[in-house]
Amino acid sequence: MAIWFARSRNLISSLRHNLCLSSTILVKRDYSQRPVFTTSQLSSTVFLSPYVASLRHESTAAEKQLDLVQHSDDQEDALQELDFPGGNVGYTSEMKFIPESSARRIPCYRVLDEDGRIIPDSDFIPVSEKLAVRMYEQMATLQVMDHIFYEAQRQGRISFYITSLGEEAINIASAAALSPEDVVLPQYREPGVLLWRGFTLEEFANQCFGNKADYGKGRQMPIHYGSNRHNYFTISSPIATQLPQAAGVGYSLKMEKKNACAVTFIGDGGTSEGDFHAGLNFAAVLEAPVVFICRNNGWAISTHTSEQFRSDGIVVKGQAYGIRSIRVDGNDALAVYSAVRSAREMAVTEQRPVLIEAMTYRVGHHSTSDDSTKYRAADEIQHWKMSRNPVNRFKKWVEDNGWWSEEDESELRSNTRKQLLQAIQAAEKCDKQPLKELFNDVYDVKPKNLEEQELGLKELVERQPQDYPPGFHV
Amino acid sequence: MAALLGRSCRKLGFLSSGHGARRSVSTETGKSLNLYSAINQALHIALDSDPRSFVFGEDVGFGGVFRCTTGLAERFGKNRVFNTPLCEQGIVGFGIGLAAMGNRAIVEIQFADYIYPAFDQIVNEAAKFRYRSGNQFNCGGLTIRAPYGAVGHGGHYHSQSPEAFFCHVPGIKVVIPRSPREAKGLLLSCIRDPNPVVFFEPKWLYRQAVEEVPEHDYMIPLSEAEVIREGNDITLVGWGAQLTIMEQACLEAEKEGISCELIDLKTLLPWDKETVEASVKKTGRLLISHEAPITGGFGAEISATILERCFLKLEAPVSRICGLDTPFPLVFEPFYMPTKNKILDAIKTTVNY
Repeated sequence: MAIWFARSRNLISSLRHNLCLSSTILVKRDYSQRPVFTTSQLSSTVFLSPYVASLRHESTAAEKQLDLVQHSDDQEDALQELDFPGGNVGYTSEMKFIPESSARRIPCYRVLDEDGRIIPDSDFIPVSEKLAVRMYEQMATLQVMDHIFYEAQRQGRISFYITSLGEEAINIASAAALSPEDVVLPQYREPGVLLWRGFTLEEFANQCFGNKADYGKGRQMPIHYGSNRHNYFTISSPIATQLPQAAGVGYSLKMEKKNACAVTFIGDGGTSEGDFHAGLNFAAVLEAPVVFICRNNGWAISTHTSEQFRSDGIVVKGQAYGIRSIRVDGNDALAVYSAVRSAREMAVTEQRPVLIEAMTYRVGHHSTSDDSTKYRAADEIQHWKMSRNPVNRFKKWVEDNGWWSEEDESELRSNTRKQLLQAIQAAEKCDKQPLKELFNDVYDVKPKNLEEQELGLKELVERQPQDYPPGFHV
Repeated sequence: MAALLGRSCRKLGFLSSGHGARRSVSTETGKSLNLYSAINQALHIALDSDPRSFVFGEDVGFGGVFRCTTGLAERFGKNRVFNTPLCEQGIVGFGIGLAAMGNRAIVEIQFADYIYPAFDQIVNEAAKFRYRSGNQFNCGGLTIRAPYGAVGHGGHYHSQSPEAFFCHVPGIKVVIPRSPREAKGLLLSCIRDPNPVVFFEPKWLYRQAVEEVPEHDYMIPLSEAEVIREGNDITLVGWGAQLTIMEQACLEAEKEGISCELIDLKTLLPWDKETVEASVKKTGRLLISHEAPITGGFGAEISATILERCFLKLEAPVSRICGLDTPFPLVFEPFYMPTKNKILDAIKTTVNY
C-alpha cells in the first residue's frame, strides 16, 4: 500500500512539473503512457465507438445496482468511480480479497421434512391429489423399472444399464413441473422425464434391446433414449455436450416466440467440463430461456465431489455467469416441483437462463459396469437407500393426505413388475433391425461410398453367414 | 522467397473455368468480386432467402476480421447476426442446438487453427446427431465456416489446413472452394444441404482472388469434382488456394510438352471418386497436392483409392506434393510449402518414370 502511494506521488509531482497541470486530474486515473485528458473527457463516452457505448449501457444494470450499494456503504469513496469498459465500478483503497467461500454455504430449499411432513411456513406451489398421486406412481414405476432392467443386464439379456435410484424425485418432479412443449436435453440419468411424458415401458425395453422397434434403430448402447414426439433429445454418452446445445435450443424457442423453454440436465461431475462453462455463458449472454438442472448426487463414478470442485457446489457458479440460481433438496419432490416450475416461468417470461442445483445421492452404482462398494462405504449407500429415500418420503406425504394406501402400493408394484417382465420378453423376442439400418441416416441420403460398402457387406454376409450374428435381414 | 513475393504482389486472376468446364454458371458474367465479397454475397442471399437462418461467431457483428459478414447485422438485425463469447465449443454447440430446432445456423470459427475446441461437438455430436437418434433428430442446418491455409506470415496458428481430421468423420461434409465464384455457389449449397458441413475458406484468396461473380442466387453441387483443365499425360488433383499454384505448374509443364489434366475436388467428404478415376484411367498418372502435412493428409486417401481402382492403368506411382511434417513455420514458410517448382519437378519425374 505504502509503495503504491509513494509511486503515485512521484509520478504526479513529475508530471505536474512537466505539464503544469493541477493535481486533481491525475489522482483518479491510471498511470500508463496514455496522453492526458481532462477529467470530463475521460468520464464521457465520446471517444468510445457508438457500438461499444450502447453495449456498455445495456450491461450496466447490475453495475448500477452495485454502485448504489457502494455509495451507501462507502461514504468517502461515494463520488469516486472508474468507468472501465463494462460499466462504472466504485473503487476502494482498502485492499480486500473476496474470500474463496462464504462463511455460510448457500442453504438448500426444502418443503417436506424427512418424515414427509410439510415444514411450517414453507413457500411452495400446491400440488393437487391427482398430480401428487401421478407423481408418486411414476416415481415408484421408475424405481421398479430400474430394478428389473438392472437384473436383466445381470442376467445377460441386455448389455448395459444405468439406474436413477435415489434420484426419482428429481426425475419425476422436474418433469411434472414442465410443459410438454419444453424441450429436454438430458445427460443420461433422467429417464423419469421421458417416462412422465408418456414413453412406455415397452419403448424403453425396445431401446435397451436395440430391436426392430427401437426408434434409435439399434445404433447406440442401452439407455440412450430419445423421442422427438416427447421433445426429449437423444442421449449421447459424452458429458455436458448438451449444455451449449440447450442454449441454442432455448434461443430458437425465443425467436419463435414459443411459450416454452429448453431444460437440460447435468451431474456434479459434468459441471467440470468446458461445455458447462460454454453452455451457461452462452445462455446468459444471448438471453436464452434455458433451465439448467444439476443433479449433485455426490459421485462421478468413483470421484467424490471433494475431488471435483472446491466451490460451494454448483449453485454459486450461477452468479459468475449472471444467472439466477437456487439450491434445492433434490430428494424432496415438492421442493423440486416448486423450484423447477418457478424457474421455468422465469425462463420463459423473462427470457433468461436459470440454474438449479438439486442435492441428492446416487444410490445405485454409476452403471452396470461399476461396483461402487469398491470406493464408498456400503453403509453410506444403505443409509441413503433406506432413511433418505425420496420415494418413501413423498409416499408418506401422499399417504398422510389419504391419497394412497398399501393396497394401491402393492397393486402398483406388482402390476408394473408384471408389465416390465412382459415388455422385456417381448422386446427380446422382437425381430432385429434390418442390416440396411447400419448404413442409413449417416447423411440424409446415402452417399456412393456407403452404397458400395452396403453392397459389399451384403454379398459377404450371404457368402459367410457363420461369421455374423443371425437375424439381421438384408 | 521470390515465389512468396510473387504471390503477394499479384492479384491473382481466377482459374479459368474455360477449359472443359461443365458448369453453366462459369460462363455467366457478373460483378468483379474478391473472395470475401463473394462469401458476403452468399451470406446475404442465405439470410434473405430463409428467415430462420442465423450467422454468429466471434466478431461477426461489425463485419468480421475478414469482412465476410459485412452489412449482415445492419440488414437482418442483431437477433439473427450476432457476436458470441470467445468459445469455439460454445459456438458450435449452440449452433447444433439451433440447427436441431430446424434453423440454419451458419457459424464462423475465426481461424481453422482454432476449431479444435469444437472438435468434440463436431465429431461426437453434429456428425452423429441424425444417426444416433434413428433420424428422429438432425442438425443438418449447421454450416461451419473457417478461414484456412497459408497467408504468407501466419505461422503455426494462422495457417493450418486441418481438413484431413474432418474427412475422417462419417456424418459431416467437408467443402473447400478455389475461387470467389465457386465459393458463393458452394457456400449456398452447404448452407442448404441437410447435413452438417465444414466449409474451409482459403484466407490467402480473400483479397487476392478477383473474379466475375454472378449476382443472383446460384448453387454449385456438392460431391462433384470439376475438371478445370483438360490434358492427357497426367492428372493433378487439389483444392482451394493450392489449385492456382498447380495451374501455374501445368502451364509450365505444357511448355515442355506435358499435357496436364487438373481437377478441383471441391468436396473432400464425400468425395467424387468417379471423376478422378475416369481421369486417371485416361492419363495413367496422378499427382495430388495440398498444403497440409503429407503424412495422414487427405492426399493419402485419394492415392489409396485410385490405386485400388486404377492399378493396372497406372504408369507411375501416385505422387503427393504437400506440406512438410512440421508445424507450419513462419520464416521457413517458402521451404515448407508445396511450391510450383516442387510440383513441376514431380510432374516431370512422374511422366518420365
